[in-house]
Amino acid sequence: MHVEVKVPEFRVPQAQNQLEPANRRDRNPADTGSGGRSEGHSPVRRFLLARGNSAFTDMGFHWLMVLCALSIFGIVALIVWELLKGSDLAWANFHFGFFYKSYTDTYSGQTSYWDPVNGQFSAVPFVYGTLVSSFLALLIAVPLAIGVAIFLTEMCPRALRAPLAFLTELLAAIPSIVYGLWAVFELVPLLRVDVNPLLTRYLGWSGLFSDDNPTGLGFVAAAVILAIMILPIISSLTREVMTAVPHSQREAVLALGATRWEMIRMGVLRNARIGIVGGIILGLGRALGETMAVTMVIGNTPEIHKSLLSNGTSMASVLANEFAEAVSDLHRSALIEIGLALFIVTIIVNALAQLLVWAVTRGAPSQAH
Amino acid sequence: MSTGQFHFRSRMRRVTDVAVTSLAILATLIVVAPLVAIFGYLLYKGTASLNLAFFTHVPAPPGELGGGMANAILGSAILLMLASAIGIPVGIGGGIFLAEFGRGSKLANAVRFTADVLNGVPSIVMGVAVYGLIVSQQHSFIPFSGHFSAFSGGVALGIMMIPTVCRTTEEMLLMVPHAVREAALGLGVPNWRSVLSITVRTASPGIITGCMLAFARVAGETAPLIFTALGNQFWSTSLKDPIAALPLQIWVYALSPYDDWHRLAWAGALVLIVLIVMAVSLVRFVTSRGVLKGTS
Repeated sequence: MHVEVKVPEFRVPQAQNQLEPANRRDRNPADTGSGGRSEGHSPVRRFLLARGNSAFTDMGFHWLMVLCALSIFGIVALIVWELLKGSDLAWANFHFGFFYKSYTDTYSGQTSYWDPVNGQFSAVPFVYGTLVSSFLALLIAVPLAIGVAIFLTEMCPRALRAPLAFLTELLAAIPSIVYGLWAVFELVPLLRVDVNPLLTRYLGWSGLFSDDNPTGLGFVAAAVILAIMILPIISSLTREVMTAVPHSQREAVLALGATRWEMIRMGVLRNARIGIVGGIILGLGRALGETMAVTMVIGNTPEIHKSLLSNGTSMASVLANEFAEAVSDLHRSALIEIGLALFIVTIIVNALAQLLVWAVTRGAPSQAH
Repeated sequence: MSTGQFHFRSRMRRVTDVAVTSLAILATLIVVAPLVAIFGYLLYKGTASLNLAFFTHVPAPPGELGGGMANAILGSAILLMLASAIGIPVGIGGGIFLAEFGRGSKLANAVRFTADVLNGVPSIVMGVAVYGLIVSQQHSFIPFSGHFSAFSGGVALGIMMIPTVCRTTEEMLLMVPHAVREAALGLGVPNWRSVLSITVRTASPGIITGCMLAFARVAGETAPLIFTALGNQFWSTSLKDPIAALPLQIWVYALSPYDDWHRLAWAGALVLIVLIVMAVSLVRFVTSRGVLKGTS
C-alpha cells in the first residue's frame, strides 16, 4: 500500500519570480544572461537567468503527458464507436431478438440459432456457452484458489512462499494459445478416456453428463482449462487482500483460544471477504473473454444441449472462428454485435471487481472494525 | 457444559483444523500439478521437435515433411517492434501524467480506473475494433487501410500494451522519493527535465521491467491478430501485407491434421514460452533485488 504524501508543487519559474518580484516585468530572461545588467548577480542567479524561462516547454510537456493519459479514453471511445458502427446492420435486422430468438430450419424442422447461409442469426447459444463454461470454471477454480491463498499467506513455511508464489505467477504468464495446445493434446484425451466415463457413470442420472459425445471436447474441457487459467488471478488477488488484513485481527482471535482455521475464518476471511469477491469477479471477467484456449476445446457447434459433455461454443470463440471468413455483411455485423455484447459485459464485470478490490486494499473495511 | 462435551468439541475443532490445513495443501498441489504437467510436456515435446530448420525455413506445403517457422518468428518480431513503438511511449507518458502531474486529481483517478478496466477487455474485442478502424476502411487517412496487414496487427497489439505500461510506470514513479524531485527542482532544473532525467531515470529499472511484462503479454496474443495480421505461409516483411506470427502459426498447426505440423506447433510453443519465462524471471529478479525498494 502506498502512503500518499502530499507535497506542494514546486516550480522553477515561480521561484524566479519570488527572488525578484519588483522588476520582473521589464526583465526579459533571454537577453539578461550575457548583458551588463547581470554583473551584480551571484553566479547561481546568473546561470538561472541565462538558462531562460522554461514555462513554455513545461507547459508543452505537461499537455503531452495529459494527451498520453487521455489516449486511454480514446481507446475506449474507439472500441465503442467501431463496435456500434459495425453492428448497425445486425441491430437493424434483429433488434433485441438477437439475444433470445431461435429459428426453425425449413428442411430438417429442427431449432437452429446460427445459419450464415440463410442469414439467420441469434446469439443465444454463444451467450449460453460463455456463461456455462465461465461459471463451471469458477466452480472449479474458486475453492482451489482460496485454498492456495490460505496456504500461502497463513500456513506456508517462509522458504516455500516465494517459489510457490512465483509458480502461480508463471501460470498467469503462459499465453492462452499454449494452454490451448496442451488442452487439445493432453487434457482432452485424458477427459475422453478417464474422466468423462466416470462422470457419466456416477452423475449420468442428473442428465448433465450424458455419453453421446465421444470426442472429449465440450463444456467440461473448456471449463477445466479456463479454471487453470483464471486460478492465478483469483489466488493472487485473494492473497493480496488477505495480507492487507492487519495482524492485530489475527492476534485477537488467537488470543481467545481459536485454532488456526478458526483464526483464518474469523480473523482473516471475514475481513477480506469483499476483496475476495472482487478477485472472483475479476476471474469471471477473464473467463468470459478468454478466446483461444476455449476455441480449441469447446467443440464449436452453435447448439444448446443440457449435457455438459456435449459440444458447445462461446461468444469469443465464434468471433475467432468465423470473423475472418464471414460470408456476408450481415454475418460480419452479427459477429460484431456479439463482440459488442461481450465488451459491455466484461466492462461491467471488471469495473465491479475493480471497485470491490479497491475498497479493500485501500483499507476501508478492515479499519472500520 | 459437561467435561465430556467440552472434550468432544475441542477435539472436533482440532480435527477441523487439521482437515482444513490438509485441504489447503491439497489445493496447492492440485494447482501446481497442471503447471508441472504443462511445462514437462512442453519441454518433452518441444525439445524433441526443435531443430535448426525450425529457425531457418518457412513452412512446408501441406503433406510435406520438414519446414520451420522462420517467417513467423520474424513476423512476430516485426509486430512486436511496431506494438512497442506505439504502446511504450504512450503508456509511459500516461504513467508520468498519473504519477507526476495528476496525482489525486479526478482526471487521474478516472484514467487509472479506465486503464484497469481496459486491461480486462478481451483481446478479441480489440481485434474487432482495429479491424473496423483499419482493415475494413476503404478510403481513410490511416496508412495501409483497406486490407489485412502487418500494420493493423501491430496497432492492435500496441493498443493492448498502453494500459499495462501506463499503470506499471505510475506505480514505479510513485516509489521515487520526493526528495529526489525537490533536489532537482531546487537546482533550477525545469520541471520537464526533472521528470525525464531525474524521476523517470531513477525509476527506469522498474519501468523497463513493466514494459517487458507488457511485451511478454502481447507476445503470446493470438486473438487480436486473427483478423488483423491474418497470418502468412511465406516470407513477408512488408507492413502492408498480411504477416505470420508465432502464436497464429501455432494455432493453425495445432488444429491441422498433420503430425508433422503438430510437432512444429509444440516447438513454436516452446520457443514462445522460453521467451516469456525469461522476461518474467528477469522482472522478478529486478524487482526482488529491491532496485527501488531501498529508496522508498
